[in-house]
Amino acid sequence: MAKNSSANKKSLWQSVKENRACYAMLAPFMIFFIVFTVVPVVMSLPIGFTDFNMVQPPKYVGLSNYTTLFLSDKVFIRSIRVTIVFALFTGPISYILCFLLAWLINELHPKLKTVFTLIFYAPSMANVYTVWQLIFSGDMNGYLNSFLINMGLINSPVQWLTDGRYVLGVTIIVQLWISLGAGFLALRAGFQNIDRTMYEAGAIEGIRTRWQELIYIVIPSMGPQMMFAAVMQIVSSFTAGTVAQNLVGFPSTDYKAHTIMTHAYDYGWVRYEMGYASAICMILFIVMYLLNRLISRMLSRYMD
Amino acid sequence: MAQINTAKLKASNRQAGRRIGGTVAIFIFLTLLGLFMVLPIYLTVIMSIKPVEELFIFPPKLYASRPTLDNFSDMFEALHQNRVPFSRYVFNSVFVTVTVTVCQCVFASMAAFVLAKCKFPGSRILNSIIVVALLYQSNVIYIMQYMVMAKLRMIDTYSALILPSIASPMGLFLMRQSISQIPDSMIEAAKVDGAGYFRICWQIVMPNQKPALMTLIIFAFQAAWNIQTGSLVFQEQYKTLPTVVTQAASSGMARAGVAMAAAVFMLIPPIIVFMIAQKQVIETMAHSGIKE
Repeated sequence: MAKNSSANKKSLWQSVKENRACYAMLAPFMIFFIVFTVVPVVMSLPIGFTDFNMVQPPKYVGLSNYTTLFLSDKVFIRSIRVTIVFALFTGPISYILCFLLAWLINELHPKLKTVFTLIFYAPSMANVYTVWQLIFSGDMNGYLNSFLINMGLINSPVQWLTDGRYVLGVTIIVQLWISLGAGFLALRAGFQNIDRTMYEAGAIEGIRTRWQELIYIVIPSMGPQMMFAAVMQIVSSFTAGTVAQNLVGFPSTDYKAHTIMTHAYDYGWVRYEMGYASAICMILFIVMYLLNRLISRMLSRYMD
Repeated sequence: MAQINTAKLKASNRQAGRRIGGTVAIFIFLTLLGLFMVLPIYLTVIMSIKPVEELFIFPPKLYASRPTLDNFSDMFEALHQNRVPFSRYVFNSVFVTVTVTVCQCVFASMAAFVLAKCKFPGSRILNSIIVVALLYQSNVIYIMQYMVMAKLRMIDTYSALILPSIASPMGLFLMRQSISQIPDSMIEAAKVDGAGYFRICWQIVMPNQKPALMTLIIFAFQAAWNIQTGSLVFQEQYKTLPTVVTQAASSGMARAGVAMAAAVFMLIPPIIVFMIAQKQVIETMAHSGIKE
């Protein structure tokens, strides 16, 4: 590869022809990717500038969706606040948890590794909102209420799922519970891939504690996996909406757990204003993209 | 050779402060946190074997006094009332899941290798498109995807369930990140030996990528196993297990037990695949010869 790039400038066609093996190996993935992801995404881009109710063809309305969003949609402004609070709590905490747990599990006996990885990953496989509803249920039958009453901490049941003071907190807890997902497993795989001899070499060079090992050996060789986990974390904490919808209902009390994605769901699938919903998603995408750039810059400075 | 390595590793373990005490502390910490993580799933399992009258007593119990499999038999009974035999749904789900998982792993691995290790016109832009595709979430995409599928006359066939799930940007991103850690020198060496890209990918790179590949299998299987037929398929004979099981369980709180049974039933195959794949990940010891 070094040879290719240092060689004199060849014509584009020539280098395409030279690399035809690469294109051939990309092709199977790319065909499906283009047809089912790129084409739909490109088709969806202009929808944000239209009025589209899925029955009539889209009607061009310029920037009016965006001006409405920022100037007169009070619920949207509120949903920005909810999303930021939600992402601030779930994103970094869950990212640190993913890394910390993956690292701690790596220190255990191989048999225990599988068990603990399963325990922490299982919540993202299970679809058990019903149980969380029963745990946080507002009557005395709720597990949490009954537990707190028995302990004498409260006298009457707390309306965890409908009281505006609690809904966001409850949603954050459940989101954290399911958030040890893709990023966590990727980090586990990354830890497993670190060359054992690196630890030996480290020991010879004077590494004495687990912390030193973590900082000088583990983190520098986990860059790609940490980047993967960061991207997955950004996506899951900013686009969360289903948890709240399943748990505290839709819409939630006083829009207290109303994230941007819930807002988009509201306009898209409840009111059939797809143009408006698309504009909402576009704003969210721009925020996530910028954040991703920022984090990858930070991580890459730290890696090398 | 191996013996020397273990001896050395033991020494380094001692040096790096890997004393029994520390490991026990880690174990206790993980167990406490693990209990919190497992509690809701434990409750799901318990509620799936509780008889109806036990579901709503106060105070709610953390165990079933008279465990029963009634909820499971109720679920299967509801499923047997459909026009299509139950085995058909099982076949549909297995067929869709296996096809998606195999294609996704093979295609994503090859594409990831090329994107991580080859420089060619378009490689940079393709690399950034993958991340953008991960970040761009919009409910309009589903409509457009549906329109594409309708144009290709895929609605109401297996291909509507299978084809859109094959190219997962997440799977490609995961594999690319992992393959990028393999030193270029190794690939150069293989090239000098006369191996083509295809052979380098499958005989040199992928054998070193077991942890990432096994992780991808877990993701792919789990996603494919939970594919809901939704509005993609209307004919009963193409419906998958998640769709019909959800139907059987969704009739109000009176059937909470059946819903739990359904959740437990659907969770079993992903857990089995997870256990097998994780075992492979953990058995992967550090590989030799790929140091820079």
